[in-house]
Amino acid sequence: MSEEFKVEIVNPEKSFLVKDDVSEVVVPAFEGEMGILKDHISIISFLKPGIIKILSKSGDENYYVEDGIVEFKNNNLSILTSTIFNLADMDKSKQQDLLKQAEEESNKTDINDQSKYLVDQKVEVLKTLN
Amino acid sequence: MASLDDLKKRIASVKSTQKITKAMKMVAAAKLRRAQESAEKGRPYSEKMNNVILNLSNGISDKENAPKLLSGTGQEKTHLCVVMTSDRGLCGGFNSNIIKKAKNYFAKILDEGKELKIITVGSKGNDQLKRVYGDKIIENISFKDSKNANYFDADKVGKMVIEKFEAAEFDVCTIFYNQFKNVITQIPQAQQIIPLNNEGEGSSSEESYEFEPDEDEILSNLLPKNISTQIFKAMLENSASEQGSRMSAMDNATRNAGEMVDKLTIEYNRSRQAAITKELIEIISGAESL
Repeated sequence: MSEEFKVEIVNPEKSFLVKDDVSEVVVPAFEGEMGILKDHISIISFLKPGIIKILSKSGDENYYVEDGIVEFKNNNLSILTSTIFNLADMDKSKQQDLLKQAEEESNKTDINDQSKYLVDQKVEVLKTLN
Repeated sequence: MASLDDLKKRIASVKSTQKITKAMKMVAAAKLRRAQESAEKGRPYSEKMNNVILNLSNGISDKENAPKLLSGTGQEKTHLCVVMTSDRGLCGGFNSNIIKKAKNYFAKILDEGKELKIITVGSKGNDQLKRVYGDKIIENISFKDSKNANYFDADKVGKMVIEKFEAAEFDVCTIFYNQFKNVITQIPQAQQIIPLNNEGEGSSSEESYEFEPDEDEILSNLLPKNISTQIFKAMLENSASEQGSRMSAMDNATRNAGEMVDKLTIEYNRSRQAAITKELIEIISGAESL
């Protein structure tokens, strides 16, 4: 068999994406970016705002996520997320909107350290997109 | 016996009612299909989430220090009930079934001398509960403006529940909703979401996972999301049930209206015939007497 595995991205409304010819996925895990190849050990981790890169034969895809959980088991990668956008469909104004929202949130003083960290991450990621 | 004119008017009015119920039935059927679809599409997410949590909670080494959302506060004094109903009526027993289930549960809790707090989602539930349990209702949320159940709304409810939990306002949280089985059957459900009781569902618990960061941290990140997910699932099931229930209620109403029209039409014809016969008798007996 080739070095391919299956990835499934699910959001609360529907199954967002299913692909089974994926060679590598890079996810923005909480403690840093994590590349997953075939036969990776079973792992559960959660995501911070960032870009999911999916590399496959049929072309590479990039998705922007704000949060989520990844589970990898038996060469099945499941990503559960509530906020996900395909970068290809995302235009500048959408990015600006999200960035503005995130910046407003990060300027609030009454949030705790962890959410502050996540919001800052979000701002940074969105800035690099522009 | 009512006059011919009155009967005519009644037939017309029943017919127009029938038109309305028929239209509502059609609309409900169309909406049902959509709601059912999104309920089915939403299932993988909550199932996967459940599975991950199950795996995680099995992997947790220190049960004593497990996050409170999973293991509870250690007591069961205050119960929070989230009663999820619809915002619109004319859907048969949909709302009353949930309320009945909830009321039974409330009575049980109050009998045991525990404290009760209620959050109602949807205005119909609030209307029915506020008469008896008005002083227990702490929040009333309604999503009249959003057309379909969406995760954003569910997340709002979830965040509120968690906020209250963290402020130690309650120990146990239960949500009430209707599970959609098919168009004629909806089962009212009481599901406990805090503390989470995982009973036997899910599979693959023997598998060992690598966790990054450690289990506790993932769990404390995941559990709040699970609350919102469960509430979202309940909302999806509810909206499918609501449309299903409305559809069958309106179907019945249409049929009943049809029967009524038939009955009234017979009565109308009879009295018309009676009037004609009477007139004839009058003419004939008049002619005979000459």
